[in-house]
Amino acid sequence: MMDLRIDRHPILKFDRGQPLRFYFEGNERSGYKGETIGAALYSTGLKEFSHSFKLERPRGIFCAIGQCSSCMMRVNGIPNVRTCITPLEEGMKVERQFGRGEVPTNTEKRHIEKKEVETDIAVIGAGPAGLSASLYAAKFGAKVVLIDQNPRLGGQLIKQTHKFFGSRTHDAGVRGIDIAEKLVKEVRESENITVMSDATAFGYYKPSTIGVATMDTLYKIRAKKIIMATGAAEKSLLFENNDLPGVYGAGAAQTLMNIYGVKPGDRLIMVGAGNVGVIVAYQLLQAGVNVKMIVEAMPKIGAYFVHAAKVRRMGVPILTRHSIKRAYGDGKVEGATIVELDEKWQPVSGTEQDVDVDGIAISVGLRPTYGLLDQAGVDIHFVPELGGHVALRSRNLETSVKGIYVAGDVSGIEEASTAIMEGRIAGLSAVLDMGFGGKEAEEMREKVRSELEDLRAGPFGERIRKGLEKVEVL
Amino acid sequence: MEEYEKKGTITIDYLRELGNIPSEERMKKGPVAMTECVQDIPCNPCAEVCPTKSIHMDNINDRPKVDFNTCIGCTLCMQVCPGLAIFMLDKSKEKPRLTIPYEMLPMPERGDTVRLLDREGKDIGEGRVIALLFPDKKYRSALVTVEVDDENLLLEARNLRVAGVKE
Ligand SMILES: Cc1cc2nc3c(=O)[nH]c(=O)nc-3n(C[C@H](O)[C@H](O)[C@H](O)COP(=O)(O)OP(=O)(O)OC[C@H]3O[C@@H](n4cnc5c(N)ncnc54)[C@H](O)[C@@H]3O)c2cc1C
Ligand code: SF4
Ligand code: SF4
Repeated sequence: MMDLRIDRHPILKFDRGQPLRFYFEGNERSGYKGETIGAALYSTGLKEFSHSFKLERPRGIFCAIGQCSSCMMRVNGIPNVRTCITPLEEGMKVERQFGRGEVPTNTEKRHIEKKEVETDIAVIGAGPAGLSASLYAAKFGAKVVLIDQNPRLGGQLIKQTHKFFGSRTHDAGVRGIDIAEKLVKEVRESENITVMSDATAFGYYKPSTIGVATMDTLYKIRAKKIIMATGAAEKSLLFENNDLPGVYGAGAAQTLMNIYGVKPGDRLIMVGAGNVGVIVAYQLLQAGVNVKMIVEAMPKIGAYFVHAAKVRRMGVPILTRHSIKRAYGDGKVEGATIVELDEKWQPVSGTEQDVDVDGIAISVGLRPTYGLLDQAGVDIHFVPELGGHVALRSRNLETSVKGIYVAGDVSGIEEASTAIMEGRIAGLSAVLDMGFGGKEAEEMREKVRSELEDLRAGPFGERIRKGLEKVEVL
Repeated sequence: MEEYEKKGTITIDYLRELGNIPSEERMKKGPVAMTECVQDIPCNPCAEVCPTKSIHMDNINDRPKVDFNTCIGCTLCMQVCPGLAIFMLDKSKEKPRLTIPYEMLPMPERGDTVRLLDREGKDIGEGRVIALLFPDKKYRSALVTVEVDDENLLLEARNLRVAGVKE
């Protein structure tokens, strides 16, 4: 059986847990404790994870962080399980499903417990923004419940193996994974923070209550203040066969290789030369994947030059004014056709070129995961500079619904460094609005705010500054 | 739009125009840092760690400018640089030496002869590894110092490949 697991890596060590046996459509498969069902299956070479509801087109993993539906399978009789975020267990029975999945009839009746929790602050999302918000609120004595749907805390940070930019006081030169480790450790050590992982926040109810589901418990979490730090999901791109298994988000490739140590493919093309695309391309090279090229529709590379230079000196070409025209292959990606674009973004006929790849990573931007905010009745606006639909907010990051705050990518696509600072501001604002913290918290918030402004002051911060003008209006 | 924004590679002429290339006399005196970080990006740890305050930036978004006269070639800036955009040049020894940041496998060993690649990844010559520095014990991420016969490689080579590993 094929095994796409990575053994040697310059940066990461994969300490795989205890070996586990499970069954995929009746056949015995092996995996390790700590892996998700999705990662274990992917490592065996499985590409086709599900089928589209209507046309039954094959679908493969696309986001790998529980934000889309293309990896849903039937697990122990339960349909629509997001295999990409569900931890593997000994003896699990996993099957692909057709259509919307049938509600189980003959499985044992499962007992779902119901619990109510009271707390000062509920933080949804344990990426850099949510972790920082929790820490800064807990610092001043607030009781915090921190909720994340992934098995591991840290959000997107736990797969950033590269060193971060910024200043030393904000961990510049430190790898994202190490920043995450530090934040998670502090959170675990704080007596005021209760962590719930593998727990999905699915709804907001008046007054100030969040519904949260785990595999066996349904929680009603009543909080005086709620901080939404749900991050972002990757955008897709329109082209022929863009749903073929083997077409996935760059972040999904990163999740597979850097969290689970599973190679997303052997030969890849990256679509999009922004920071994410270029950084992930570099990390693919570190994982031993052959990156054939990066194509970029814009006339210039969006990533920082220093990031681009790193992949160029590894011999990876970056073709600006080029895009992907189609993916091809029988049930899975076997190649991509790229094409040059003219000044009006139109394909130049005759410039088509087939590239032999088994994976197509898409990195054309992220969009805020704003569903919960919308459902809570928060005023939302579409702001292209911030990546999509975002909440209107005050300088203190409070939304139009009193007591709900936003921080991080959900409030506008930016960076981990800015997510950390926004998290701090939101956490401090929540405690201040509850009457804790006093002058010390207020001065701290002012300081974080001015550091954040410094970071955004350069030419690369211009878009964000423009976007913020439109939403920081409350 | 600058040419490098289109291609992702920079030319030696462009770097010279910016004043980023140390003089012949300076290189003859001992190792000196050369930065290839030319955009205004929010980053400044190189300037913060420099023990001789040789890297100048007006603000965090400014690009770094090295004062070659005060730089002592200590490599601290290289060790922290997230852009892997700093290289060390030295013509004070018997043979010219170049230090390159390297984060790939396989890692070369001292004494190995490695292939040297230019800014586009093209093989342009060879070097002999005379030192490896691992700034962080946890990672196989190194500053690799090579000795070369052709002194032009000091300005042209920016990456390496362990000989025998396929392209
Ligand atoms: C491929 C890639 C490379 C990047 N490289 C860099 C870089 O070099 N430098 C840098 O500064 N930034 C980088 N970033 C950006 C940075 O990772 C993000 O800006 C940052 O992680 C945002 O933090 P966040 O806390 O807002 O969201 P996230 O890190 O996305 O965390 C959100 C969390 O919310 C959870 N969540 C969402 N919805 C729910 C729900 N309903 N219930 C429970 N939990 C939920 C998710 O599971 C997730 O853990 C990169 C991003 C990507 C995708
Ligand atoms: S090599 Fe040392 S002295 Fe020279 S610029 Fe870098 S940190 Fe400063
Ligand atoms: S640390 Fe590196 S990337 Fe950052 S400013 Fe200095 S040279 Fe540029």
